[in-house]
Amino acid sequence: MGRNVIDNEASLMFLIDGQTGYLKAKGAWIVSHIAALESELAIQLAQRPHGEIQVDFSQIQRLDTSGAWLLLRTRAELEAQGHKVRFLQVKDTFQVLLDEVGRHHPELFKRREAKSVWLRTLESTGEVTLEVIEDIKDLTGTLGSIALNTAAVIAQPRRLRPISIAVQFQKTCMGAVPIVMLMSLLIGGIIAQQGGFYLRQFGADMFVVNLSGVLVLREIGVILTAIMVAGRSGSAFTAELGSMKMREEVDALNVIGLRITEVLVMPRIVALMLAMPLLVFLSDIAALVGAGFVCWAYLDILPNAYFSQLQAAVTVETLFIGIIKAPFMALIIGLVACVEGMKVEGSAESLGSKTTSSVVKSIFMVIFVDGVFAMFFAAIGL
Amino acid sequence: MIAHVSKDNKPMDCILDQSGREVILRADKISVSFSGFSVLQHLSLDLYRGEILGFVGGSGMGKSVLMRTILGLNRKQSGAITVFGRQLEKISERERKYVERRWGVLFQQGALFSSLTVRQNIQVPMREYLKLPQKLMDELAVLKVEMVGLPREAADKYPSELSGGMIKRAALARSLALDPELVFLDEPTSGLDPIGAAEFDDLIAKLRETLGLTVYMVTHDLDSLHSICDRIAVLGDRRVLVDGTLEDMMAFDHPWVQNYFCGARALKRV
Repeated sequence: MGRNVIDNEASLMFLIDGQTGYLKAKGAWIVSHIAALESELAIQLAQRPHGEIQVDFSQIQRLDTSGAWLLLRTRAELEAQGHKVRFLQVKDTFQVLLDEVGRHHPELFKRREAKSVWLRTLESTGEVTLEVIEDIKDLTGTLGSIALNTAAVIAQPRRLRPISIAVQFQKTCMGAVPIVMLMSLLIGGIIAQQGGFYLRQFGADMFVVNLSGVLVLREIGVILTAIMVAGRSGSAFTAELGSMKMREEVDALNVIGLRITEVLVMPRIVALMLAMPLLVFLSDIAALVGAGFVCWAYLDILPNAYFSQLQAAVTVETLFIGIIKAPFMALIIGLVACVEGMKVEGSAESLGSKTTSSVVKSIFMVIFVDGVFAMFFAAIGL
Repeated sequence: MIAHVSKDNKPMDCILDQSGREVILRADKISVSFSGFSVLQHLSLDLYRGEILGFVGGSGMGKSVLMRTILGLNRKQSGAITVFGRQLEKISERERKYVERRWGVLFQQGALFSSLTVRQNIQVPMREYLKLPQKLMDELAVLKVEMVGLPREAADKYPSELSGGMIKRAALARSLALDPELVFLDEPTSGLDPIGAAEFDDLIAKLRETLGLTVYMVTHDLDSLHSICDRIAVLGDRRVLVDGTLEDMMAFDHPWVQNYFCGARALKRV
């Protein structure tokens, strides 16, 4: 048996003399060499004699916990197979380390076993189902506490917290105006251009105005605004409440005797419910202006003609069908955002995943509720 | 990899001071200021191999700033920091990594990665720097968990499931993941009950004995200073006012130092 150089700093040599094996460890048995030493040790010890094995420490210059652990584990394995193992010429400083490491038995640690794919699929399906049920419970629970709080506010108007509402309104409404209007302007233009491109083939250019007017006022204005608000304010609500929950601020409020619904949830939802109809109205105006520009530039419909056609196509009712949906959308976005925020746990990851699911769930719910409204309006003949 | 290890395998990457002691960390004339406000000015400090240095100073005097400056988390206006014989301002990216591998840091709040379990937290440096078999990494991680006095069940828990004292211990285990030679501890015993704090002190002393650590400890805990620190340095007036043993501190004539070491709270303990 020769010398087995792992690299310049650490090595081991295994010699056999009759029934006795001599393991000479050399150099730095530290964590940076430990992987190479471990595999080399396994190879060398594969051809060992039956008798005693002596481990010579005299040439080890550095030893850390990983080196000590490797040697101790090897000794335990050899002893379990009936070998007698002796450590020779161990320096005092190394002995202290060996004693300390020897008091622990990390090999007894078992990783949690991985489950089979089928089991995991079934398990996660079940978990998701339970989660949906929990979500419904949480949403109705929060809605209930808001109703209770509203009753309390009616009895005691001071508890409405107008300043909080104003601050939230400033953030959710004023801040959103430019981006909502810009986006609607572009979308209105795009709808007019796309509609015009096809309708022109039938010589029905003028009906582009009807198309954009009805589509924008009834559906697009409110849906787009709701999506933008869900992405902007919904995510902010979740992140704010979530990080307050992480830092135990929510618990502090509870202990002081303040109710979360009253202090955190209600002002946000009320502000959002006030902001949404306004934003939808502004979005409608911007989209109609955008459509008007495109009609003028692309379809040669002059503003005069555009407005008179629009007056014929839409009524105030059309506008209100869109705007009446806005507070409901706001309520859903606010509720989902606050409920998700309250579900945040200790880790940064959970804050991220709850914010994501807040936005995803509220956008989905917005579209779902819009569908319900469409059926309702069709049923009552609007 | 380790080119700086000499024949007899004693790391020769240390500078020696006049008396021949190995200086593992030297801060030389460090000046730090934030937006015009000077926090540290011409601060110099030596840390010797194998010692436990307790670093004290009033709140807001810049103890954490100095530690963060040494670790490279703050910019400094002037001065030189030499760790393991390398001047940090001049070394290459690769050498910098090598230095970072040989020191461990315990942040005040633990700074455990909240989306990883304790075991995964400890394995982060191992994965980053070394290629080890998973089984060995698990064994080493659990070994570290037990060495810092946590039950092994804690290995598979997330930081949010641990108590404050356990978080400190888990963070210490992570800082020891690669068996560093030098550890920085930022107020390791703050927020622990006196018994927990005393246990933590014993733990640090024991780890110094078994692993041959050098410890730089920012602390306010007079008990720690008393029981485990070999040397104490006091930060004040934007520099190190005095360093030495506890007796030196009590003899030093400066109102803050006198107040700190000879105040009512201190004298109760001595």
